[in-house]
Amino acid sequence: MGALMRDDKTTSANDPMQPTAPPTAGEAAQVASKRSGKSRTLWSDATRRLRRNRLAMIGLAWIFIIVVIALSADLWAPQWLGSPSEFDSTTMGELKHLPPSAEHPFGTDKRGLDVASRIVYGSRYSLAVGIIATSIALSIGLVMGTLAAYYGGFIDSLVMRLADVFLAFPYILFAIALIAVLGRGFVNLFIAIGVLAWPTIARVVRSSILSVKENEYVDAARALGASDIRIMLRHMLPNAMAPIIVYGTMSIGGAILSEAALSFLGLGVQFPDPSWGHMLSEARGEMISYPWLMIFPGAAILTTVLAFVLLGDGLRDALDVKMKD
Amino acid sequence: MGKYILRRAFQMIPVFLGVTLLLFILTTVIPGDPVAIRAGERALSPAARAAFVEKYNLDAPLHEQYFTYLGGLLSGDLGESYRQNREVSQIYLDLYPNTARLALAAIFVEVIIGIAAGIISAIKRYSLLDVLVTLSTSILVSLPVFWLGMLMQVFFGIKFKEWGLPYLPISGMGDPPDLIHLVMPAITLASVSTAYVARIMRSQLLEVMGQDYIRTAIAKGLTDGAVVRRHALKNALIPVVTFIGLDLGAMMSGAILTETIFNWPGVGYAIFAAIGQRDWPVVMGGVVLIVIVVMVINLLVDISYALLDPRIRYERRAV
Repeated sequence: MGALMRDDKTTSANDPMQPTAPPTAGEAAQVASKRSGKSRTLWSDATRRLRRNRLAMIGLAWIFIIVVIALSADLWAPQWLGSPSEFDSTTMGELKHLPPSAEHPFGTDKRGLDVASRIVYGSRYSLAVGIIATSIALSIGLVMGTLAAYYGGFIDSLVMRLADVFLAFPYILFAIALIAVLGRGFVNLFIAIGVLAWPTIARVVRSSILSVKENEYVDAARALGASDIRIMLRHMLPNAMAPIIVYGTMSIGGAILSEAALSFLGLGVQFPDPSWGHMLSEARGEMISYPWLMIFPGAAILTTVLAFVLLGDGLRDALDVKMKD
Repeated sequence: MGKYILRRAFQMIPVFLGVTLLLFILTTVIPGDPVAIRAGERALSPAARAAFVEKYNLDAPLHEQYFTYLGGLLSGDLGESYRQNREVSQIYLDLYPNTARLALAAIFVEVIIGIAAGIISAIKRYSLLDVLVTLSTSILVSLPVFWLGMLMQVFFGIKFKEWGLPYLPISGMGDPPDLIHLVMPAITLASVSTAYVARIMRSQLLEVMGQDYIRTAIAKGLTDGAVVRRHALKNALIPVVTFIGLDLGAMMSGAILTETIFNWPGVGYAIFAAIGQRDWPVVMGGVVLIVIVVMVINLLVDISYALLDPRIRYERRAV
């Protein structure tokens, strides 16, 4: 996840995919209604801008397709392509290492398993790690970041120094050590990736809460006798949501890359479970003779992560989030 | 300025202590007995086992082991490997130059290609070239680096050789180490950062180009090239240089994936292997070294940033 989590200073106005168009009457009305203070308009405005971003929409469409493929795999993949994990040792000899064909669109591997079918089922692990790890990171990061920003002082220093300790560790090595503690297996892998992503989220949450903390409506809420928790949950978080959504989307892509990397190193999903990273790891020894074993799983990782990156970029522009350190 | 540096330096101490403590806790909770793993298949005699425990002081209470380790650290002693019968410091003295070579080569690629691509796409904004740069940066960030390395090995290493073209070596550092072995590992390691450098360069240059003093420079009749070179670039480069500095720190902590793909004998792979072998002195020593290098580089980056842009000294206080 490391790379993706790095801050990126591209600002919304500078995206070549979004030439600035003169505001239409509709937009002018939007701006006007924003001024009148309806909370809905920010989001409908953002949706409108997101819809106009072609690359983001391509990303969203691809994510939708992958989700459909992952959810519906049982209905068609085994019948059409063959099982992703069960192989018959009697027919293995004639089925192994077949090049791509009509019957096996992405070829077969050393066990005679259909590569396309394994990629289809592998999407489940990739999506699961993206969603579960990001949820874990968001839950820890939201709590830590909110506490740090709201209470400030000692708690702030404590949380931020703890985040520094986590960030000072080399990311992959830390993940490897955590997996060594928890034991191998994909659930532990998800947990390790999620736990390690919290400091970045916490920093984002903290800085965006700090930016709304001094607003009058917070004072107003406090004057009305609202409790700390109510102020945090009802007044601060919703207004600090935009950067969190952008980082959350980006970190789904990052978690998918991390899973691929750790499975590639042999620490994540293991055979017979199909994982794109583990498929690449197995392909490494045979990639010269059987390049399809390497090309298709890699392309699956690239396109899926790219979809989340493009959507994240689009969201950043639509919500007008400035990324900063 | 002196105060700022001191404060930043003092902030490193708790982080460093936190890292060593966390690391020490990890080594004690990770299952697997280093003594048994070292012995391998053969059962270890009780006497040999006792000697091992005695030698590495494994009987002492954990907090005592931790303080003994910290004490050793202060006098520059990283301990001895469980498996290799060598001083940990000696192991890393051998390996660190390899990691540094790879990191510097990758930074070189990142600086040349990233900055050039960023400047071109900012100057030719909305052109086809700009769209291409933006799209390829998105692709580069989404690319699993180990896959990029494998693709290059097959293409530039194997296929080029088959086609009778000049080809690149696919693994190792060469004997003696040479530049040609550095090409593919450096590009692989640099890929993601190059994309970020290009993006930051582009957005910074565009932002600076919109400012008043640039309009003045244009109004006074300077050519576009002179405006960019003499006026815009200087200010736009500050965040880029910062990013590159921090990235150098990150690369100095080893690149497990790149090292694995290209059989590059660096510190990242060494620590990875040592975790598998439960060779804790090697793991501890490696991570401690990495963390020190990264923290010192980050501090230098912060200081140079504060020197380049005096506003930072005061703004960063909150962080």
